[in-house]
Amino acid sequence: MSAAPQKVRAGAEKIDVTISAVTPLNELVTRFEFARSDGEPFPPFSPGAHTIVELNDGGRTRLNPYSLMSDPSDLSTYAISVRRDDHGRGGSLFLHRNVSVGDELTITYPVNLFPLDLRGKKHLFLAGGIGITPFMAMIAHLERMGGAWELHYSCRSRALGSYADELKKRYPSKVQVYFDDQAQSIALENLLNGQPLGTHVYVCGPKGMIDWVHSMTASHGWPEENVHSEEFLAPQPGKPFEVWLCKSDMLIQVGENESLLEAMERSGVDAPFLCRGGACGQCETNVIESEGEFLHRDHWLDDDEHANGKKIMPCVSRFVGKSLILDR
Amino acid sequence: MTIQFNKESFRGDYTFHNSDWAIQRFPFPFHEDSYMYSVNMEQHRGGPEGSVYEKRFDVDEHYVSEMHDRALVLAEDPLRCQSLPHMTLAGWDLLELIMVAKSEDYPELFELHRNGDTWRWVNKPMEIDDTFTFLDETTLPYGPMEYITRQAQGDWCVLDQRDDMLWMDAGMVTTQADWSLDFDIGMNFFEWHAPVPLAHEMGIFKRALKFLLNIQQGAPARRLNWTMTVNPLLDTSPENYHKWGVQKTTLTPKNIGAKQHLRVELQTFFRLPRSNALVFPIRCYLIAFQDLVTIPKWGRRLHRVIRDLPDELATYKGFIANRPMMLDYLSRYDDGLATSPGVWPDLEIEPELQK
Repeated sequence: MSAAPQKVRAGAEKIDVTISAVTPLNELVTRFEFARSDGEPFPPFSPGAHTIVELNDGGRTRLNPYSLMSDPSDLSTYAISVRRDDHGRGGSLFLHRNVSVGDELTITYPVNLFPLDLRGKKHLFLAGGIGITPFMAMIAHLERMGGAWELHYSCRSRALGSYADELKKRYPSKVQVYFDDQAQSIALENLLNGQPLGTHVYVCGPKGMIDWVHSMTASHGWPEENVHSEEFLAPQPGKPFEVWLCKSDMLIQVGENESLLEAMERSGVDAPFLCRGGACGQCETNVIESEGEFLHRDHWLDDDEHANGKKIMPCVSRFVGKSLILDR
Repeated sequence: MTIQFNKESFRGDYTFHNSDWAIQRFPFPFHEDSYMYSVNMEQHRGGPEGSVYEKRFDVDEHYVSEMHDRALVLAEDPLRCQSLPHMTLAGWDLLELIMVAKSEDYPELFELHRNGDTWRWVNKPMEIDDTFTFLDETTLPYGPMEYITRQAQGDWCVLDQRDDMLWMDAGMVTTQADWSLDFDIGMNFFEWHAPVPLAHEMGIFKRALKFLLNIQQGAPARRLNWTMTVNPLLDTSPENYHKWGVQKTTLTPKNIGAKQHLRVELQTFFRLPRSNALVFPIRCYLIAFQDLVTIPKWGRRLHRVIRDLPDELATYKGFIANRPMMLDYLSRYDDGLATSPGVWPDLEIEPELQK
């Protein structure tokens, strides 16, 4: 039609925020709370949603996704909890070391890739480590709406169990916590067998845990649609490589500590994205020509697509080899 | 501006009419002299002042009469409004979205006063002043979706999003172009689009679904669709086909200018924040051929579009039988002059009819 054509920008809409609280929870995890810089209430969000936090790290823009873990009915604040990754590319370290109360930054509107299935008669949550965060918002929401839920939460140790004590205290009959160092683990088979018809299972945690839940539910005859998972992948560092972007007509270098998507953005290419964690599919890019090996790390493309080398997800995947030409 | 609401009917004596203001702001859907399907989406972030694209939910001179017509349809057939049990939260999302948008965009017509969960809603044109508790259904006379869509023009499809698919799980549908919510309820995106010709082969629906699944909070989108309707009927439903289908045979060369209407749907898409559902408002605008041809550019262009439209589309849109008569009429308003690009009337630059 074109009543008033506008170019669609990459990524979700943005909100300027001010850090209102920084609360270390334990040795590894810190909670950051935001208030809107314009004093307005935040938009409501659906539990399971994440936001992309934009950080200015000495001139370099970092865009990291984090699950919103505050109560969705509290529009005065958004909160995230961040686990420090000493071997990552430095985004979480930057937050832990350099961000303090009063700092201003930009976050995106909420985007939900891990929603509750509202048809569920009961919601069974399985959390591993920092994977607890989306469940914090889901629990607050279901408590308000009167929905049935149960949480099984696996942590390394009592000292590293973020929110474990708080949850156990508030919901003693609905929360079970397991500590690795005490050789405790979720008795998944028993747990699944005892669930009422219409239960939906949600898992958020390390890849091994997600795979375990998917294979166990599948072998017990659970419908695929009743099992939900979310794993954010942080882009991993890797050997630098070179890419020719043919639509943009430029050759760019991808550094050791940046993703292909970040390298495109640094070069001024407006590439589409949403989750920046290999899950949403927005940044999918066609490969025109390649001579080398792809290091696919996303959850979006299927095994065939990973094998045939015709597509790449530049938010998390890399390349090693002689030459790579992309349709971007 | 203050809107003067028409007293008019969309049935029986058909007193529906467009003022000069409504004619000039009509959402003419053809940006060039031909038409083919496309996903044709753009962002819904306002538009030129006074246009139907300016506000999130356009209110015009037909508002009060359209809401009266909706009440008549619902009284006869309550199944035009349905909401599966898991969609109640999305209904509250929609109620909030419409109340906030209407009170901000038309403060002289609507007011919303919020004190925690106690909300007071004032709708001056419909003389409504209700106080209720947000998220408590027992405090409203209807469910939240039905309550607010009895006060908002256009049809409303509320789509659940799960398993990378959209599901027609709730809606208020009384002004539709020959489809039925009662038939489509619970269907997925590909199922309810199955009857549309050509577009599947063109891969339109796959691309459209991918686009819609990725519509995010704070970034609504819009597109136009169109068809033809004889007499200014809002309710052209399959349920009532026996009443309106036969009216297509009443067209004569004498009455076609007054009876034949171009029907345009302004379709918008909003992500709902609490439920993560997608709402798909379909707002219907009608214009009689005799009013449309008062805009010289539109008269020229409509003739060319209808003349060159593939038969499959003219059949699907239900006017293949009347197309020759339509072309006889419209050709009188096409002098063969070039038309300016885009959808706007361009009254200042387009020449008067040269014949």
